[in-house]
Amino acid sequence: MTEPLVYEISAPGRCGVEMPEPDVPLAKLPEGMLRDDLPLPELSQVDVVRHYLRLSHLNYSVDKGFYPLGSCTMKYNPKVNEQAARLAGFVFAHPLQGLDTVQGNLVLMWALQEFLKEISGFAAISLQPAAGAHGEFAGILIIRAYHRSRGDIKRTKVLIPDSAHGTNPASTTMAGFTAVTVKSDMRGNVDLEALKVACDDTVAGIMITNPNTLGLFDEHIEQVIALVHDCGALVYGDGANLNALLGVVRPGDLGFDVMHFNLHKTFSTPHGGGGPGSGPVGVAAKLARFLPGPIAAIDEEADDDEQPTFKLAMPQDSIGPVKSFWGNFGILVRAYTYIRVHGPEGLRRVAEHAVLNANYLQARLKNTYPIPYADRICMHEFVAQGIVQGSDVRALDIAKRLIDLGYHPPTNYFPLIVQEALMIEPTETESKQTLDGFIDAMERIAQEAKESPQLLHEAPHTAPTRRLDEVKAAKQLVLCTTFPQD
Amino acid sequence: MTYLPHTDAERAEMLKTIGVQKMEDLFRDVPDKVRFPKLGLPPAISEMEVMWELQNISGANVNVGEFPCFLGAGAYNHYVPVTVDYVLSRGEFYTAYTPYQPEISQGTLQAMFEYQSMMCALTGMEVSNASHYDGATSAAEGVMMAVAVSRGARRKVVISPAVHPQYRQVIYTYTQGMELEITGDENLQAGLADLVKLLDDQTAALVIQNPNFFGQMEDVQGLADQVHAVGALLIVVADPISLAMFTPPGAYGADIVCGEGQPLGIPLSYGGPYLGYFTSRKALVRQMAGRIVGQTVDIDNQRGYVLTLSTREQHIRREKATSNICSNQGLMALAAAVYMSTMGKCGLRTVAELCYHKSHYAAEKIDALRGYVVDIRRPFFKEFVVKCPTSVARVNRHLLHKWGIVGGYDLGRDYPHLKNHMLVAVTEMNRKEEIDALVAALKELAPTPARKVVKTAKQVAPKKAAARKTASKRRAR
Repeated sequence: MTEPLVYEISAPGRCGVEMPEPDVPLAKLPEGMLRDDLPLPELSQVDVVRHYLRLSHLNYSVDKGFYPLGSCTMKYNPKVNEQAARLAGFVFAHPLQGLDTVQGNLVLMWALQEFLKEISGFAAISLQPAAGAHGEFAGILIIRAYHRSRGDIKRTKVLIPDSAHGTNPASTTMAGFTAVTVKSDMRGNVDLEALKVACDDTVAGIMITNPNTLGLFDEHIEQVIALVHDCGALVYGDGANLNALLGVVRPGDLGFDVMHFNLHKTFSTPHGGGGPGSGPVGVAAKLARFLPGPIAAIDEEADDDEQPTFKLAMPQDSIGPVKSFWGNFGILVRAYTYIRVHGPEGLRRVAEHAVLNANYLQARLKNTYPIPYADRICMHEFVAQGIVQGSDVRALDIAKRLIDLGYHPPTNYFPLIVQEALMIEPTETESKQTLDGFIDAMERIAQEAKESPQLLHEAPHTAPTRRLDEVKAAKQLVLCTTFPQD
Repeated sequence: MTYLPHTDAERAEMLKTIGVQKMEDLFRDVPDKVRFPKLGLPPAISEMEVMWELQNISGANVNVGEFPCFLGAGAYNHYVPVTVDYVLSRGEFYTAYTPYQPEISQGTLQAMFEYQSMMCALTGMEVSNASHYDGATSAAEGVMMAVAVSRGARRKVVISPAVHPQYRQVIYTYTQGMELEITGDENLQAGLADLVKLLDDQTAALVIQNPNFFGQMEDVQGLADQVHAVGALLIVVADPISLAMFTPPGAYGADIVCGEGQPLGIPLSYGGPYLGYFTSRKALVRQMAGRIVGQTVDIDNQRGYVLTLSTREQHIRREKATSNICSNQGLMALAAAVYMSTMGKCGLRTVAELCYHKSHYAAEKIDALRGYVVDIRRPFFKEFVVKCPTSVARVNRHLLHKWGIVGGYDLGRDYPHLKNHMLVAVTEMNRKEEIDALVAALKELAPTPARKVVKTAKQVAPKKAAARKTASKRRAR
């Protein structure tokens, strides 16, 4: 079931859309500066449409079925979000228009900042970062700027639990810090003894994902935060798992100093096959002046007759802009829509049902697959092991066999601290029926693993392609097509 | 609740299976005193009501779908063929995750491979990644990559002041913890010749923009040789539409070509989501950041695509990764792929030439106005600098309020020596009548020609005094 490349269905002289003739006198083209060939494909419009439609059919997606991809919060992407973001007043606004001509956009950004402040317990928000890792990087730069503003330049280390996402140590390095790993204890929490040893006046901060990537809420979170604060360091929260905390607890209230949000996880904006996301960063009051920006702010307060007016303002000691313009605005519109449709009680129900679904799956699967921390109530996700007694199948085989049975596999081989990890996050938008179907599939696979392991080793059997040779891809690099010569 | 499928009976059964009494019991690990805060958010509204609210909010904007627009400066009002949003609206594309399971992600993977191929075609480079966040972050990643190519040995980067001011700021933000020397743009009037003088054996890269922020084509003849002579890389930021007609940077020796892909079928959307495109020579690919799609075969020897070279990336290499980037702008790269497939070879060249002809028509008409000056001798693409007889703020107020035109960018904001200078962008979207209206509107602000009026003795006297002073100075020399 392969689809030809766009270049392979091209023929000289075709064009997918007609452009108008010039309505102005032609200017002289500059000599010696023009290219004589442009190796782009040439397709009729129907061929463009069919090509991409056929490609779309080769994808699995949330709109097609259950997508329990741990750490990614693949919840339903409400269709009203899409319609909202496509309103002409949003789509056709130029980012550099005069502020008096974009008051609608500014009020939306300002309100979303206020919503996120209220949801997270932080004092200030910047909507500028374009993705989670981007917000993370901004957050670490804020921590750096804070210490430097106090003349405290000896802090060179950032502590990172061994369960953390890979973006955490990578962001740390980019900001010029050294990442220091802190191990987890027997119950999946940050190991307090190890943390005590690590905390000193060379530590700039700690990056904590809570609930962590094992899906566990750290049982000593208050002690962890106190220990870090006591050595003069700041606490960074990786907001990837905020879906479990909506209306349940506000990270700001727990004592976190900085956190990024993933609007494309928690607030239902689509993942787009890898983006665009949006990664706003929230901070405690003492860090507000370092936020990246500009951010939306009130220009003139409302009075009896007039609505307030809004502006873009650069925080006083900002780390600087982290991208051009003001953020992934179209994504902000979707997140705003989601929060408005839910309200405070609705958001709490989102978290409750995300946790309910995860615990239901964990309870039903723990007799079939090893789940290292199944004695604990998990939050929005949990990590099982792709190990079946009496069989040589691995997590990867189970993942690929799930494809045959109509499911997207869980995240596999992450977190690194669990062998043969299968990280399962059902999200709140899945029904008991869907979860029961998935449980049946997982049980069937465990049975197959014992009876016919080859079936799993060779899976998938029904997908558009079989297992792909990733070693060949990396060794014999083919990263773009060869262009047909004229 | 709208998106929750649970019935009361199901909820009860699920709680029973878990072994707890009620929902609250699931959150016992959360410290008591901060558990279940009352959120001060506005109450929920229905789907219908939220659309009313947003129609109202979006309606408060002036939008360039209704007003002629001559504003560019990094974001451009280009035509987006209808095929683009048709494809982007497919749930199979926009509700999928990053294609980590290639067997069920061939749609996204092949489209990204095609995107990479078309970006290579456009820039004249050998490899492309699957996107960065936007033009500014793409340029910043280019700078970090150049430093990494030197294995961190070269700590100096020379950057042209004619690179987009926001890109330069973002490069400063990104590299603030890296102890780099970023130089070249302290002098906001430095030209390429001045920048070349700053190159030395500590320099990792020279960053230029072509066409530059002012819309002008830089004289790049021999530039790459001068950069390579000191062992540095040449990074070129380029408007992708310009590359459909002008010699691509790959042909004049660039090592990295990156920039803003928004002109390729992505709406203005108040600044995002956009598309950072990023291409380079193949020899540098292992230092490139971001996701890259490669071609391979499956176990039946059937052609297929996978994410490759992942040992560069954060989820494998953690603190040793080339960058922390994870989510990129995948769907926007798909938009660019559909755009380029639809426009094709001829269509994209036509778009570029329409921009060229229309901007030149506008520039000449404006230059002919009294009090306005446009430098029309130096080659430019779709943007040009207009020296105005009054402040750009005043010009833009006049254009918007009297004529309903969104005017250009006030260059004095970033370049103090360019007070009263406006950057005007003209694309295929600007009809001749719109350009003529712009010219007529600007003409209304032109200074009236000096008329001879007999002056009083008092008005004349100081001038004569000044003249006398000059004369006496001359004599003294």
